[in-house]
Amino acid sequence: MRKNNWIVLALVLILPAMLFSVSCAKKEVASAPEVTPMAQPMEDTTKADAAAAEKARLEAERLQAEEAQRAMMAARQAFINDDIYFEFDSAALLPMAQETLSQKADYLLNNSGLSVTIEGNCDERGTAAYNLALGERRADAAKAFLVNLGVNASQITTISYGEERPVDMGHNEEAWAKNRRDHFTLN
Amino acid sequence: MTIQNNVLKNLLRQIFLLILLGSFASGSFADIKYFDLTNPFLRKIPMAVPVFRAMTASPEERAQVAIFSDRLQEMLDFSGYFKMLDRASFLYDPQTSGISEKDLNFANWTAVGAELLITGGLQLEGNNLVVELRLFDTFKAKLLIGKRYRGDKGEQRAIVRRFCSEVLMALTGNPGFFDSQLAFVSNGSGNKEIFLCDFDGRNIHQLTKKRSITTFPDWSMDGRYLAFTSFVNGPSQIFIHNLKNGQERHVIYKGVQISPVWSPTRFELAASLSITGDQEIYLLTGEGKMIKRLTDSRGIDVDMAWSPDGKKIAFVSNRSGRPQIYIQEIDSGRVQRLTFEGNYNTQPNWSPKGGMIAYSSMEGGEINIFVIDVDGNNPIQLTYNQGDNEAPSWSPDGSLIVFSSTREGKSRIYVMTAFGTDQRRLLTLPGEQSYPRWSPNIPQ
Repeated sequence: MRKNNWIVLALVLILPAMLFSVSCAKKEVASAPEVTPMAQPMEDTTKADAAAAEKARLEAERLQAEEAQRAMMAARQAFINDDIYFEFDSAALLPMAQETLSQKADYLLNNSGLSVTIEGNCDERGTAAYNLALGERRADAAKAFLVNLGVNASQITTISYGEERPVDMGHNEEAWAKNRRDHFTLN
Repeated sequence: MTIQNNVLKNLLRQIFLLILLGSFASGSFADIKYFDLTNPFLRKIPMAVPVFRAMTASPEERAQVAIFSDRLQEMLDFSGYFKMLDRASFLYDPQTSGISEKDLNFANWTAVGAELLITGGLQLEGNNLVVELRLFDTFKAKLLIGKRYRGDKGEQRAIVRRFCSEVLMALTGNPGFFDSQLAFVSNGSGNKEIFLCDFDGRNIHQLTKKRSITTFPDWSMDGRYLAFTSFVNGPSQIFIHNLKNGQERHVIYKGVQISPVWSPTRFELAASLSITGDQEIYLLTGEGKMIKRLTDSRGIDVDMAWSPDGKKIAFVSNRSGRPQIYIQEIDSGRVQRLTFEGNYNTQPNWSPKGGMIAYSSMEGGEINIFVIDVDGNNPIQLTYNQGDNEAPSWSPDGSLIVFSSTREGKSRIYVMTAFGTDQRRLLTLPGEQSYPRWSPNIPQ
């Protein structure tokens, strides 16, 4: 009977120790388990579990950081790529534009160190001087909206290109609608 | 030699008489009504400009007279007042027939329908040109102008310009536009830059090389300065360029700076600035220093044009909802709306004769040039169904209008009479041309 107990004890000691030496990456792994009284096996199990948990935690953290970075890049891309659009001869902010601007405000509030330039543009119809003025009004309207949402005015500069910098060179309403826009760039 | 002396004596006598007559000036010529001033272009006066005589008949002279007579004919043709008769129909040989009154058979000219005749004699003495030019009324068999010019070969064009001014002065009471230039914008280099040329589209040269967006040229009253705007330093800024010495300064104010226009009577500029965050019109010195704010109205105020007496500006404002043209007195600040027809009226330009304003109006997706009298009555459309027609600018005598048009596809510079007749393209460069601006007559 005593012999069986000792065999069992040995197995119980040796197996976890083997597991312990295989699974743990850290150098602090004990090279060989000591033959100690009955209390030790539970501690080692806990250590192994703790190590596994630690690894899982680190992995999760890494994934979370990657995700956050991806989200940040996406937010930055959206900030730069999402223009807001206007109706003909108008600098009024449409509901869709206001929504987009709210998102941009969030981004700027989260990144108060950034500075942005709002570029106001018009379609090719109408005349050059008037359109230069209209473009400025469009840029200023967006700035005022952002400032109202709490963005620091000193973060924002505005410029107007009037009808001078269309994104679509077409001569139809589709093209014109794309050109009546504010475009946002980060400095 | 004797013949030449006689010609000279004749000429001097004529000129002397002319000077005497000239002292009763407008009186005597007004009796002889050449043009119906309500529309002088409606009935063009048939004019004959035969090839001039080569006074010593040397081969070089013969070559020069052909060029000279062509240039003179071209330049007078440009004015729109005359119908130039075809030389093939003339019963006249300049080398054998006369060029002065006593030697001319006016019946030969009235027979081919000419009411005005210009004869000339050209002599080359080394590098020097001596040119005699005479304008005749063929039906009255009368000399109207006789002139003699000396210059070197390179001054041919200056002589032609001078005589054309004399002709127009004699017939209309106004010397015309032959000493004027055009400024315009062209983007053939890939960027909008400012170009200059003579009034007839010759001698084009590029003024700016900013490699940015450079537009809105405007001439100072003596032709010495050009103001324009450029994005070269960031947002649109006003530049003041001295054409004599090439020096340039730019104006520093917060916000977008648009459409600088020179006063026709003082070294001052009106400009649209958004210093307060709202575009308003300000008066600046010719060096760009602030004098005072002119408009006080929320909304866009832009696109100015001075009255020829320098007391008023026409400008565009959307204070009533859509862009319309208004007139404001500089001193009193009193404002009155000018345009009530149409929903989009911009680009006013005030005739140097004072009574009319040209502008562009957008309707049904098309932009056309209109003229209206300064009281806001009788808007008249000058261009129809031919693309977008923009940025009208009057010649210094108020007889012609230069503008841009996309009727051929790309935007080009066109010219027409003040009544909308004789619309023709003035020049063609790579890229597109726009925003032409006619200078005053600039003494050379």
